Amino acid sequence: MLLEVRDLHVEFRTRDGVAKAVNGVNYSVDEGETLAVLGESGSGKSVTAQAVMGILDVPPGRIAGGEILFKGRDLLRMKEDERRRVRGAHMAMIFQDALSALNPVLTVGAQLGEMFEVHRGMSRKDSRARAVELMDRVRIPAARQRAGDYPHQFSGGMRQRIMIAMALALEPSLIIADEPTTALDVTVQAQVMDLLAELQRELNMGLILITHDLGVVADVADKIAVMYAGRIVEAAPVHELYRAPAHPYTRGLLDSIPRLDQMGQELYAIKGLPPNLTAIPPGCAFNPRCPMAQAICRTDVPPLYSVTGTPARRTSACHFWKECLGG
Amino acid sequence: MPEPYDPLQPGDKEAIAPTGAGGPMDLAIEEAESLEKTLGDAPGPSGPGGKARSLWSDAWHQLRRNPVFVVSALLIAFLVVIAIWPQLIASGDPLKCDLSKSQEGSAPGHPFGYDTQGCDVYTRTVYGARASITVGVCATLGAALLGSLLGGLAGFFGGWGDATLSRVADIFFGIPVILGGLVFLSVVTSTTVWPVVGFIVLLGWPQIARIARGSVITAKQNDYVQAARALGAGNTRLLLRHVAPNAVAPVIVVATIALGTYIALEATLSFLGVGLRPPTVSWGIDISNAASQIRNAPHMLLWPAGALSITVLAFIMLGDAVRDALDPKLR
Repeated sequence: MLLEVRDLHVEFRTRDGVAKAVNGVNYSVDEGETLAVLGESGSGKSVTAQAVMGILDVPPGRIAGGEILFKGRDLLRMKEDERRRVRGAHMAMIFQDALSALNPVLTVGAQLGEMFEVHRGMSRKDSRARAVELMDRVRIPAARQRAGDYPHQFSGGMRQRIMIAMALALEPSLIIADEPTTALDVTVQAQVMDLLAELQRELNMGLILITHDLGVVADVADKIAVMYAGRIVEAAPVHELYRAPAHPYTRGLLDSIPRLDQMGQELYAIKGLPPNLTAIPPGCAFNPRCPMAQAICRTDVPPLYSVTGTPARRTSACHFWKECLGG
Repeated sequence: MPEPYDPLQPGDKEAIAPTGAGGPMDLAIEEAESLEKTLGDAPGPSGPGGKARSLWSDAWHQLRRNPVFVVSALLIAFLVVIAIWPQLIASGDPLKCDLSKSQEGSAPGHPFGYDTQGCDVYTRTVYGARASITVGVCATLGAALLGSLLGGLAGFFGGWGDATLSRVADIFFGIPVILGGLVFLSVVTSTTVWPVVGFIVLLGWPQIARIARGSVITAKQNDYVQAARALGAGNTRLLLRHVAPNAVAPVIVVATIALGTYIALEATLSFLGVGLRPPTVSWGIDISNAASQIRNAPHMLLWPAGALSITVLAFIMLGDAVRDALDPKLR
């Protein structure tokens, strides 16, 4: 297994108390595999990714427990210096907003080249040549000329390509893409996703795709982990999950997708708001919003049940997964 | 534009072509950008053409067209030149005085007249620039280097070092400038400029450190700093390459304005008799000597005081112009 997150807990100290952003997340990605982590804002999907990358702001953040195994080694036990060498070279991250994730005072060529200077100790001239190669690889036209341009001189799609080039520079075995297409036009979104998927296949990388866009997921992911209030509430292969969700939250998400055959009808929306992370409700965190909630949901935290009766391995954190699957 | 013509992208090309300086250029970039977007990132030469403009070249562009900057820069250039080579415009010796001409008015070859000691006011005014500029530039460099180093490190690393530094800076802020000058500098016997420079640096660095600290804290929260960290950059690289260049602009602005006030401070201290000492020629000393004679020989006061005011004004105007150019929010 390339990456295995085991029972990860992350907390933030806030003025209103301790916010439990991640409460026992488990997931894994293999080489060449794409895991989509799905969830609303504040569900803990980005925090989990930051913990994996080791770029969590501590304090106020704190990893309260768990293991992050990368190629069998626990990243949380590594020395900072060792971990720094893993970042960028073996695992890399693509950020949501490429404009703010690129340094405005450096040319893109310089920023891409920096990867080779930091990790490979290359000279500035050699690294610049590699930067142009990379820009070519992510199909930025006139790469040689454009390497001397600043980030603000590129369009949104081109900037995201540069982010991808930067992440792929050292051919890492794991890429974490944090909502890579959210800031882009729909047409450009597809191109960027295709590019990412293609490069992933080519380099046989593991990809963790953090998103709230169910459409993007269906196209590229192998498996899905749905997060809610810092937990994974359902994990399944992508088509299984779309065919028959085993958690009412997933069902709610799928029902909220606008569909052409329902034109004129009111769009379904999950009632209520995600819980305040400093005061997660007892029992199942989703129970106040759940249409299927029973008495047990308000008292007992559901364990991760194995969903049986399906060919693939899937899990659901719902006491009534059977009913959900069936109904 | 030296860009190969691509027949596949005529529209794009057209939007790029009319790039001139300033306004039209920005327009062309915007046009090219929006065009590029509507083309759906179609491959093709999508560069906006023209030279890439960084914050600095952009600021320089803006500065050159600002009359305030041009006037103050020319004035400062002139002052610097006569500070280095006063002989260029003053042939006399500022220390060669003739008591028999005490307080005499303008005479051929001596346009500003004579002071109480019978020294030529014109020559002394010209030579006085050297002390003022030296003190101003050295004190600013010292305060800016010390302040941005300490403030930058404190802001970047935070923690107890930051807390300690901030409190130490507060202590220095609490020292009244004039009183501090009278106490510290009255025990100094050196006639060079260095004790004054040292004193101004000592009182000036906390201001720069505060600005640098705040600016570094703002810059380090940017996504690109986190992105660089995620790609494996270490602290040194993050600080020098990603944080510092994005945090330095406010420091430059404050330092430029401070330069003017440091020159005024030097004159104040010299006026009070604790700054520069004779035989160093300083506007502050001359003003001090002239102040008591203002009814008898106003020209003795007028010229050095005027030179001082113009110099301070030039630096403060320069600082203002630089701030306008570097702070995009003010545009």
